[in-house]
Amino acid sequence: MNRVDFSVASQAGSTLATNKLIKNTYMLLSATLVFSAIMAAVSIVAQPPSIIAMVCLIGGMVLGIFVLPKAANSSAGLGVIFLITGLLGFALGPMLTQYLAMEKGPQIVGTAFGGTGIIFLSLSGYALTSKRDFSFMGGFLFAGMMVVMLAMVANWFLALPGLALALSAAVILLMSGFILFDTSRMINGGETNYIHATFGLYLSIFNIFIHLLSILGVMSDD
Amino acid sequence: MEMFVMIAGAALFCFMIFRMYPAAKHWMEHGPKAEQGDWQAAIIPLAAVVGFVILLIAMVRM
Repeated sequence: MNRVDFSVASQAGSTLATNKLIKNTYMLLSATLVFSAIMAAVSIVAQPPSIIAMVCLIGGMVLGIFVLPKAANSSAGLGVIFLITGLLGFALGPMLTQYLAMEKGPQIVGTAFGGTGIIFLSLSGYALTSKRDFSFMGGFLFAGMMVVMLAMVANWFLALPGLALALSAAVILLMSGFILFDTSRMINGGETNYIHATFGLYLSIFNIFIHLLSILGVMSDD
Repeated sequence: MEMFVMIAGAALFCFMIFRMYPAAKHWMEHGPKAEQGDWQAAIIPLAAVVGFVILLIAMVRM
């Protein structure tokens, strides 16, 4: 009898921990996205040179690779994730300024923004409600991301517009897969740190937005 | 200057690929294998994303 009680209590405790993780992750994700949007707006107003934006982008990624994994288990992790998302948001400024200067620019930016929100909420909602384990996609997603990143580096020097468009489409699909993967890992206990979970989801949203903006910019008649 | 930024960015991307390799290898070798119906459950929402992006493209072209 006691064994049964312990098992029920353990299951309830695990569900509570999962719910807390999901709640904390979405709250932190919302806060970082708002902060990132504010920094992007500051960058649009300040109009920094593109080299500054590139330095912010590189700085944000370096902090994400080296500092966040060490800081994520302490309260300093919160400061680090806001710093990273602030830098990445600021880095968007020159790109958004360029798009906003186009005739249909505000429409394209608004559509990319809304589209990214709908894609994220739908996929994350699907993973949360279906409670399926999408961790089987891990190998495919990581290998796909490595191939796409290599092709992106090559295309910086080759500058093939067709390849850039195909890579943007591939990144949107891979990041959509990562949203399913990351959300299901939160539900199924694969991820227990809400700062790590937030960073993973933030990167997916950030990449979907950039590449959706790029596709809409190319495919619009401007 | 632009070439310098491109090379710095390329170096960072290559480093990220280098850092990502062990994770990719781990997931490919030891990650859970898909069971029947798993891929279908993943492909349906991804196909919906493709359809949605096509819809967004049509919207901005109008």
